[in-house]
Amino acid sequence: MSQKVLLNATEINIALNRLACQLIENHDDFSNTVLIGLQPRGVFLAERLKTLLEEEYDIENIKLGYLDITFYRDDFRRSNKPLEANKTSINFIVEDKRVVFIDDVLFTGRSIRSALTAIQSFGRPLEIELLTLIDRRFSRHLPIQPDYRGRQVDAIDGEKVRVSWKENDGEDAVYLVKN
Amino acid sequence: MELSVNHLLGIKYITEADIQLIFETADHFKEVINRPIKKVPSLRDITIANLFFENSTRTKLSFELAEKRLSADVINFASSSSSVSKGETLIDTVNNILSMKVDMVVMRHPNPGAGVFLSKHVKASIVNAGDGAHEHPTQALLDTYSIREKLGDVAGKKVVIIGDILHSRVALSNIFALQKLGALVKVCGPKTLMPKFIDKLGVSFEPNLRKALEWCDVANMLRVQNERMDISYFPTTREYTQQFGLNKALLDSLSKEIVVMHPGPINRGVEITSDVADSKQSIILEQVQNGVAIRMAVIYLLASKIKHNED
Repeated sequence: MSQKVLLNATEINIALNRLACQLIENHDDFSNTVLIGLQPRGVFLAERLKTLLEEEYDIENIKLGYLDITFYRDDFRRSNKPLEANKTSINFIVEDKRVVFIDDVLFTGRSIRSALTAIQSFGRPLEIELLTLIDRRFSRHLPIQPDYRGRQVDAIDGEKVRVSWKENDGEDAVYLVKN
Repeated sequence: MELSVNHLLGIKYITEADIQLIFETADHFKEVINRPIKKVPSLRDITIANLFFENSTRTKLSFELAEKRLSADVINFASSSSSVSKGETLIDTVNNILSMKVDMVVMRHPNPGAGVFLSKHVKASIVNAGDGAHEHPTQALLDTYSIREKLGDVAGKKVVIIGDILHSRVALSNIFALQKLGALVKVCGPKTLMPKFIDKLGVSFEPNLRKALEWCDVANMLRVQNERMDISYFPTTREYTQQFGLNKALLDSLSKEIVVMHPGPINRGVEITSDVADSKQSIILEQVQNGVAIRMAVIYLLASKIKHNED
């Protein structure tokens, strides 16, 4: 197994700042916008962006929720182990809100498809956008594209993109892992 | 993690790890059933038959709701309106239903061991929803889950089960579940309604209700099952109530606040008075709500072991 650094800590920080600014361009003061971090790995990115928006760009009262898509996945009973769920916590109304889904890596698009179904259980959003740190090009199984992306990556089958976060993995970095 | 079994036939057959997995999964489903839209599509290609060879309201509704919340297709069957009265055997009845491509069977049956028997003869996941005076595993799971929710943990807690232990499948399943989770269990009630070898289960018998209540953290009040009693086990209902009924005066006179549970249906004024059943120490309605989450977890975890896309 070998791995290559795609983004180091500084580059991740630059990407996060750019993504925050792009969000502000479209969402102004976030009064009608809610951020939804997708469990499990999108949560770290979502929390980072929230902190950045509040501390560096003085935006107050950003609503952030976590959505778990386990029970909405299309591969239930297709793997040998049962799919294990994570916590969903959305403590606000999603009805008529502008929702931004946040996930670390966009690959096949199947998780996002599941999230689009899952969020309907909390109401009918005005619109839904997608933000990902890494967009793996040419690997989509569904017609889904991000509205905001940190970095586009070409990776072949058998390669994996791994995002590490300081608060969970001890460092900020994105790796391309080859088996 | 996955369950160690392909059927839920009784608490006796599952491990502590299985119970913890069911609890953790139920936590997620409890969140789901409190959403504006209380439904997930996980089991949309699973068909479940609810076979009730004995009367039930709560359990049947709870299972049916759990199945529908998971988007499974559900068919219902009650023996009173079926060909069982024409002399069809259990295996024939179930195999006829399974030939309509049913993946899972939830069954209540008056004969102990009916679920175990069926699991050996038909190709479907079996969930025991009560078999005679033997086991009622989902009730025990929801009872222990409710204790965990109320008191934080089951391990080390003292639980007394009061009433008709002899005819109660709830009692047996609860004893197994509580012991697997590390709780201490006593039983209390008329001597005539105690099974002969109860001490073999590691459970002690306390004939005095007040002493039992002073000892415990949780009191699980059982119903007197008149329909299962072929002879008189105690002189009168009035005498039973005087000795083993829980009333507000008794509850308030205890040195600590205990949690009161009841699996239902309640005979108000017999084993428990209305003011106790409706008091804030009672978690009877929480038990009912947790029942749906627990049954969703059991069905979800069993269904994840069914493979459609192979063979």
